[in-house]
Amino acid sequence: MKALFYYLIFPGFLFSAVAGLLSSWVERKVTARIQWRVGPPWYQNFLDLIKLSGKETIIPKQARATFLLAPYLGLFSLVLAATILGLALFTPQQSFTGDLIVVVYLLVIPAICAIIGASSSRNPLASVGAAREMKLVLGYELPFVLSIATVIVKTHGGIRLGDILAFQMNFNSLFFSFSGALAFIAALLCCQAKLGLAPFEVAEAEQEIMAGTVIEYSGSALAAFKLTKAILLYTMPVLLILFFLGKDISPIFSLAKYIIILVVFILIKNTNPRLRIDQAVRFFWGPVTAIAGLALILALLGL
Amino acid sequence: MDLKTKALLKSIWVFHVSCGSCNNCDIEILDCLTPRFDLERFGIQLVGSVRHADALLITGAMNRKSVPRMKKIYAQAPKPCVVIAVGQCALSRHMFRYSYNVCEPLDKILPVDLYIPGCPPRPEAMIDGIVKLVNKVRGNK
Repeated sequence: MKALFYYLIFPGFLFSAVAGLLSSWVERKVTARIQWRVGPPWYQNFLDLIKLSGKETIIPKQARATFLLAPYLGLFSLVLAATILGLALFTPQQSFTGDLIVVVYLLVIPAICAIIGASSSRNPLASVGAAREMKLVLGYELPFVLSIATVIVKTHGGIRLGDILAFQMNFNSLFFSFSGALAFIAALLCCQAKLGLAPFEVAEAEQEIMAGTVIEYSGSALAAFKLTKAILLYTMPVLLILFFLGKDISPIFSLAKYIIILVVFILIKNTNPRLRIDQAVRFFWGPVTAIAGLALILALLGL
Repeated sequence: MDLKTKALLKSIWVFHVSCGSCNNCDIEILDCLTPRFDLERFGIQLVGSVRHADALLITGAMNRKSVPRMKKIYAQAPKPCVVIAVGQCALSRHMFRYSYNVCEPLDKILPVDLYIPGCPPRPEAMIDGIVKLVNKVRGNK
């Protein structure tokens, strides 16, 4: 019963959906202000979702059954990850051993679901998007796992989110050490790619492959994808706060850190052109992996 | 009017189809999204895929090649979906009326909900047209 409440209401579905939709509004608003526009009102993303749920859901004639399954599977697993992260942030003693690894696995599932959904729609542009998404996942997972390994080494083998937070509360935020700062930069760039924001939005490039992986989706299935995106935009800053900036997690400080990280994402998005997929993979396997590997070595040396 | 229609009127996603226009109308459409007019503050967005569209924005004179494709695109759009004809060519074939290749005006082919005349129509005219359509759906004068 309590688990269901956690999953559906408080740090889970309802809370993370509202927080995610508000963060997407912040994203749209800041983007608009950067471009010297006014931007949409704060309830715009809620309206979009309500509208999409009222539209017709078209299923292509040759689509497989996974076409409608994929968006909801991605949404549910992401909500689970958001629940675990939210519980760790709000009540650190409630986390269980190994939840860090569970979260890392759960965060890949939305990308895999996008790939499955796109390839079961039988649309050529969607399959191009799926191929790009797959390469991007291969690109960013290596440095992401390396930077998380840095966190684990720094906290003397903490694979419990509560332990990582407790370590940072006792000593200092991991961000304020050489290895922690380097790992933070690598993880930030990987999160940018996980979110599918501008320099790495190759899988959904509106201008070249017309929304890519979600091209065939309409109605409530598209709403599920949009909601997944929004919740991801809430989950990623929370993850970075937990891993690297966990010194003081009182509500006001957490909110301030959350907004700063969100705005950094948005600024990177708005000041960079889209990379080609080969450039993106080279970027992640080259400099970013080097930074994350350096961070891991420094952490092993105790810096 | 239920909640979903209300939400629809405040978040119109537009798919822009050019079936052989001279590009002037298309440029004016893009002007609607620039800082001077900024239609995103009303929730209006251009989308890449017709599956996401609430409104089809059609420019240009319908020629023999584009008519069957136009019908296909309209069938692919999820309903409810409105069709907006932008520019004199889409409305009445304009100067191409006696062309060998241009068969019929747009409203003989698709059910057009909104006509925006002009060659090209100014962005203000397009915004005015959309406001009139929204008001008509809402039922105010």
